[in-house]
Amino acid sequence: MRRLSPLTVITGLVFALGILAALSLMAGRVWVPLEAWGREDPRWIIILELRIPRTLLAIVVGAALGMSGAALQGYTRNPLADPGVLGVSSMAALGAVVSLYVGFYLPALAGIAWLMPLCAMAGALVGVLVLIGLTGQASGTVTFVLAGVVLNIVAGAGVALALNLAPNPWAVNEIVNWLMGSLTDRSMADLQMSAPFVAVGLVLLILTRRALDALTLGEIGARSLGIDLSRTRLLLALGVGLAAGASVAVTGVIGFVGLVTPHLLRPFLGPRPAGLLLPSALGGAVIVLAGDILVRLIPSAAEVRLGVAMAALGGPFFLALLLIQRRRLA
Amino acid sequence: MTSLEGRNLHLQAGGKTILEGVSAGFTTGQVTAILGANGAGKSTLLTALAGLSVPKGGEVRLGETALLDLDPRTRAQRLGFIPQSPEIAWGLEVRTVVGLGRLPWSGGRGLSQADGEAVDRAMDAAQVQHLAERDITTLSGGERARALIARALAGEPEWLLADEPYAGLDPRHALEAAALFRSLAEQGAGVLLTLHDLTLAARLADRVLVLGDGGVLADGPPASALTPDVLAKAYGIDARLRETDQGLAVDILGRWG
Repeated sequence: MRRLSPLTVITGLVFALGILAALSLMAGRVWVPLEAWGREDPRWIIILELRIPRTLLAIVVGAALGMSGAALQGYTRNPLADPGVLGVSSMAALGAVVSLYVGFYLPALAGIAWLMPLCAMAGALVGVLVLIGLTGQASGTVTFVLAGVVLNIVAGAGVALALNLAPNPWAVNEIVNWLMGSLTDRSMADLQMSAPFVAVGLVLLILTRRALDALTLGEIGARSLGIDLSRTRLLLALGVGLAAGASVAVTGVIGFVGLVTPHLLRPFLGPRPAGLLLPSALGGAVIVLAGDILVRLIPSAAEVRLGVAMAALGGPFFLALLLIQRRRLA
Repeated sequence: MTSLEGRNLHLQAGGKTILEGVSAGFTTGQVTAILGANGAGKSTLLTALAGLSVPKGGEVRLGETALLDLDPRTRAQRLGFIPQSPEIAWGLEVRTVVGLGRLPWSGGRGLSQADGEAVDRAMDAAQVQHLAERDITTLSGGERARALIARALAGEPEWLLADEPYAGLDPRHALEAAALFRSLAEQGAGVLLTLHDLTLAARLADRVLVLGDGGVLADGPPASALTPDVLAKAYGIDARLRETDQGLAVDILGRWG
């Protein structure tokens, strides 16, 4: 495919984001057309209280997941990397679930509003550090994906244990929330809780851009170009930990966004890792926002969870990717 | 003229001592070939001289400073390194890969016009200008090797250290690469190569450093260093250095003993 200039792609994505954001404010159980936007219309309260936070949150979370995926793929030189596949999101979910227990058994700590995002980010950070530690010098594709499998199993077992020991049905319900990500009924408080951390995380990830490009030539190649890889690892771990952790803390696990977004952009922008960071943030926001509009429009008794819908779409995509890779490796 | 000097180096690879007490100094303006059998420690020595590994003992000095004390970026500006058959993760265009050689100089904003000119000069020198738009993963081994030489040249380093840069080059392109390394040295750069082709080494290098038995077996101009005795010790072969009207050649007669 013919390459497009980064500016064209970014402009296009911002444009798409604008249209989707407007659509996201209108769409839902109650359709709020453009004429109804204004203080006089009773439907305005729906937009103000429900849809603006939801829309902004979709953008923030999508940007976090998209850029985390692009950065992880660049660092690992592995197109199958993504916070979900590598178990970082599961670890964040485990952190969030643990914080529920902490709140239940240590009521003194329950009042801390930041407890949950902090625990989720800590979980994500532990996940990234384990990944980087496990794979270390020899970061082959297989080691990395296996490390992700291990993290997913461990985090899944932790969450299952939490379900197993849940003190009441309400707690079970809460825990399930973190397994199936959703943007339903999120408030401005949720946005305030996540957006600053995501913003810092994204800035840290952007700081790895020279290193990600240099890593195209392998670790020794990157170091010969003057890249300090321990600094890169630290920035990456903190960046993904903050961005993905803060996202999972408010929306639960939404998989595959980080995996799919860079792949959709590579045909237009080329595979240079640094060139994919910002477009992947925008692309991730577009995908999450579009997905969230879609789940609101699907006619069903209970709203389909966004995390479930993404997994349903992302699974086949992942399979197709594996098939293509297998053909290339064969 | 600056110097790159390994002092009493004790080097390990995979926890095993490869070289012990090796000292060798190099000056700019010369091509030095590092020779030795498989596993003699050529790559290990070159990696240490490039400041990319920490010696178990001894140190490498660039001019007056210890190489490992230099900021990585400054080191990368002064020392270019071509790893042995490097992996290339993404199908980048050749020009983009060569542009990576400017990373020690460029900020995060991408390549300046001066950077672009350096990239062009490097691509001309390595004869890969016609491959500029090609995906590097689709090139032949020789084209890829030249693109990677261009990548190192783009940084316009004072020192160029290349580990087996000839792997994959056909005889004609090997001679052209040899001419390229020679002209770099004539322009004042210091060039260190590890090589397997003895004739190429004898013709190209001002000096050869032959490694074996955990140390240096011979060090000096090819004509005096590559004696039958040294070649027998280093490679276990019976070989003779011969003058031809095209320069020196090494005739390999057979195995030693």
